[in-house]
Amino acid sequence: MLWGLTALLALQLAGEVVVRFFHWPVPGPVMGLVFALALLFPLGRVPKPVEDAGGTLLRHLSLLFVPAGVGVVAHWERLQQAWLVIGVVLLVSTLLGLAVSAWVFERLAGGEDAL
Amino acid sequence: MPFEAIAPWRELWVYLSATPLFSLTITLAVYLVWEWVHRRAGLHPLLNPVAWSIATLGALLLGSGLPYPAYFAGAQFIHFLLGPATVALAIPIFHQRRRVAAHAKAVAVALLAGSVTAAGSAVALGAALGLDATMLRTLAPKSVTSPIAMAVSEQMGGIPALAAVFVIVTGILGALFGPLLFAAMRVRSSAAKGLALGVVAHGIGTARAMQIDPVAGAFAALGMGLNGVVTAVVLPWLG
Repeated sequence: MLWGLTALLALQLAGEVVVRFFHWPVPGPVMGLVFALALLFPLGRVPKPVEDAGGTLLRHLSLLFVPAGVGVVAHWERLQQAWLVIGVVLLVSTLLGLAVSAWVFERLAGGEDAL
Repeated sequence: MPFEAIAPWRELWVYLSATPLFSLTITLAVYLVWEWVHRRAGLHPLLNPVAWSIATLGALLLGSGLPYPAYFAGAQFIHFLLGPATVALAIPIFHQRRRVAAHAKAVAVALLAGSVTAAGSAVALGAALGLDATMLRTLAPKSVTSPIAMAVSEQMGGIPALAAVFVIVTGILGALFGPLLFAAMRVRSSAAKGLALGVVAHGIGTARAMQIDPVAGAFAALGMGLNGVVTAVVLPWLG
């Protein structure tokens, strides 16, 4: 578990370093994800400690968004005049995006992936 | 209550609200309560624990006058874990690598279609409803993970702090209404649901997709990562 967490943090760190060094417009953790895949493919399996630590984090992934989400409160005043319009824009565009993306995927992937 | 009776409690609150322990504990406790409610209600999509935890904690902050930076001083220990959790998204993608490779073309086209629709419809609708140019530039990158959205909105001349708020709200709306929309549209493929949630509703959508099944989770992680890169590269050119 501890080995797994250390490996994940080390990959994130490597991602941060590379992204900052080359000024790439990608967050460090996303680059760390790419590095993790680059290691997993030649390895052919996920080492148990990484699977354990990663599994624990991903099972509670929703929780990790709560602190940043509460930050919406800090911007409450700025949104007060336009919140209804912005709310409608966000809701409609999110539903349209989800519908189009899911529909296109199902069309192209065909029926065999209808699990 | 006379002042002498309140004074010790006030003193205790001043002490507690300044320690990381307090906000860390209430964040976990509130989330666990909503998770329990969600399970008891048969995982009803509208009882999404993230959305309700944020609303509850937000109301607590507004009601108690605890400033957000003081709250975040404690809650940042949870927030910090987003980094290694993002790296860990490589695990479900790796497990589903054969399915992902088999549908590479569908992933690419659905990614672009979803990305363009979400950003384009937000800008078009916002303009039609009279939002100014700064607000439109702030809205455009709302579907991607917040560090990318903040950087992109800044490059385009939007407001980064507000962009982060739109990102979170988009994620919550996607997680809340996505599953209902898929049911109404009769979307059956887990991969399609996951990819759409990841592309349009980034990490919060991905967290929701993880609850559907591992296939949805893997495609969501993939959609989130790819849309982050596509948006970071393409949107500033359009702005």
